[in-house]
Amino acid sequence: MSVNLTLLIVMGVLYSVGVYLVLERSLTRVVLGLMLLTNATNLLILHAAGIPGLAPLYTEGTDPRSYTDPLPQALVLTAIVIGLAVTAFMLGLIYRSWALSRRDVITDDAEDRRVATQSAFVDEEDADLPQDTSEFDDEQLEAHERENEQRHLRDQQYRDQEQKQEDRR
Amino acid sequence: MSIDVAQLAPLAIIVPFVGAALSLVLFHRNRLQRLVAIGSLVVSLAVEMLVLATSWDAPPTSVNLGGWEAPFGIVLIVDQLSAVMLVVSTIVSLAVLIYATGQGVADGDSAGPISIFHPTYLILVAGVSNAFLAGDLFNLYVGFEIFLVASYVLMTMGGTTQRIRAGVTYVVVSIISSVLFLIAIAMVYAATGTVNMADLCLKLADLPVGTQMQLHLMLLVAFGIKAAVFPLSFWLPDSYPTASAPVTAVFAGLLTKVGVYSIIRTETLLFPGEQINGLLMWVSLLTMVVGILGALAQIDVKRLLSFTLVSHIGYMVFGIAVGTAAGFAAVVYYVGHHIIIQTSLFLVAGLIERRGGSTNSDRLGGMARLAPVLAVLYMIPALNLGGIPPFSGFLGKIGLFQAGVDNATWQTYVVISGAVLTSLLTLIALMRVWNRVFLRTTDDADFPDPVLLAPSREGHWGAGAVQTLTRDEGGRQTVSLLPRLMVWPTAVLVVIGVALTVFAGPLFAVADNAAENLVNPGAYVEAVLGPEGAPSGPVEQAAGDGDSDGREVAP
Repeated sequence: MSVNLTLLIVMGVLYSVGVYLVLERSLTRVVLGLMLLTNATNLLILHAAGIPGLAPLYTEGTDPRSYTDPLPQALVLTAIVIGLAVTAFMLGLIYRSWALSRRDVITDDAEDRRVATQSAFVDEEDADLPQDTSEFDDEQLEAHERENEQRHLRDQQYRDQEQKQEDRR
Repeated sequence: MSIDVAQLAPLAIIVPFVGAALSLVLFHRNRLQRLVAIGSLVVSLAVEMLVLATSWDAPPTSVNLGGWEAPFGIVLIVDQLSAVMLVVSTIVSLAVLIYATGQGVADGDSAGPISIFHPTYLILVAGVSNAFLAGDLFNLYVGFEIFLVASYVLMTMGGTTQRIRAGVTYVVVSIISSVLFLIAIAMVYAATGTVNMADLCLKLADLPVGTQMQLHLMLLVAFGIKAAVFPLSFWLPDSYPTASAPVTAVFAGLLTKVGVYSIIRTETLLFPGEQINGLLMWVSLLTMVVGILGALAQIDVKRLLSFTLVSHIGYMVFGIAVGTAAGFAAVVYYVGHHIIIQTSLFLVAGLIERRGGSTNSDRLGGMARLAPVLAVLYMIPALNLGGIPPFSGFLGKIGLFQAGVDNATWQTYVVISGAVLTSLLTLIALMRVWNRVFLRTTDDADFPDPVLLAPSREGHWGAGAVQTLTRDEGGRQTVSLLPRLMVWPTAVLVVIGVALTVFAGPLFAVADNAAENLVNPGAYVEAVLGPEGAPSGPVEQAAGDGDSDGREVAP
């Protein structure tokens, strides 16, 4: 199978630039990168047809091998339409994202950050309760409760702080 | 034999599409729109059940669309695997659709601009059915794109900050996996000159081993992203939980399973060799263990469930990696089980969010007293997913382990012990939710949600488990917290999940039939190309004497 070298180089450039752009944090660049990637793939499908020949319209007495393979063209057509729809949707999405946050970069997931920073200590599972629970040692219990309260307070403060940071950003 | 029922299979795609078109036209007549949507799913479910019944122990059947012969035209294939997947997926989508409709009715959002939900949802179902029936790679790609584009819309519906943020990640990752899939298709076509899967089954084997391996891995990466297999799974727990409850439920149930289905087809039909099974074995172990460790760290119930979803994909990959008929039979059963159980858990999470105001388990507590029905509906699928003996999760896992042990290497034993560990950790994760959300009192919640603490107006539990309370001070709107139309579909799915145990015998029988056809791709090839299509010649010859009459006599 022989291929068109120019098209092949164009395809390679599109792929490399596309991958570079997709790795960016800016959404507009990601969309541009995706467009390049889909178009590079369209070129790749065209390559799959081999060397171009006659237009694939049936005429009497033509050698079947001299036609261009029509199937990849049909595939490309479908792929282009899908790419168009998806790109349009992506543009709508990043416009909405920009309208909401006035920023073009993809933001971190708040819940992710919270899980990452949570302590390994869980009150109801890890708190060291007084061993002998039948004896109501008030002092101990009170101390424990105080400790718990403080922990909650710290936790609350931490969350407030985080919230503030988030708001500032 | 006047009519071959399997030829009705395209209806599973056409009916939802027609329903989508109709319900789009009827966007301003809400009641009618809902009826059309639910009706079209009921019809396609009936057709699919008929198809499943006829293909129960029959050889695979192919349907030529547009009257074109096999390697040229588009074919749809009906075998036990696709029939089972179709029926299970439509049952689940129907339940979720009713649930979503119930939510819409209860919240009175019928006047809102969300009337686009029903058409989009039906398109999603049509795309999934198309993927399950597709007989050539490009049609599979188109099926993927149909349901993915629908899922982009469903995922970002409402357009809140959170959903847009998660939606962008989801859309970008999906597009990249689609591009990879398309690249793989182009390369497959360049190497073999066909995209018909049966034809590929014959032709791929003639390629040099290196080329085969490259095509194989490209397809696996593309499907692995869709199926959320370990190193490619990070997008899932990030994006799924932000969508609305019914959307998350249907995504969790169906979309990853389409990826698993495609991996099954790749491993059985396109590349039946065993070169890559060792790799899949390790991937499955990592998927299970890393997924469940992620789940243990979560506080949010929906995120926790998303991580268990990723983790349990590992079980299916394990069955595929075993690669024997017993392994595939267990995978077929396990996929069916997992679709139903995971969806019902997500639906329950949606109900928890409604009743308790949040899915963050820090903000919840005392739900067992507030909503005993929810406690039951949560506990049964949770035990089921964790693999407690009488339930289907246990049966599926036993099937997988048995298949693994029958064909044992030391790797298999490592993966099996990892799987047992994962199953225990799943139980721990789910029971922690149980303890925090249901068992402890409301006062113990760290930051109880206002909705949780709000006094209920009726103050007692009627038989119907339906409560209403006034959210606004002025009492303008009475919101039903647990509308019947949302509780019932969930309950039905839970019951079906239990029925998977009761009817495990026949289900394993059909799974065995499916596996038999999977490990002998010859039957599939014969169904598509006809008895004489088998010789691996160039495309032109194979089609010329393809025998279409031989196909019609399937019992």
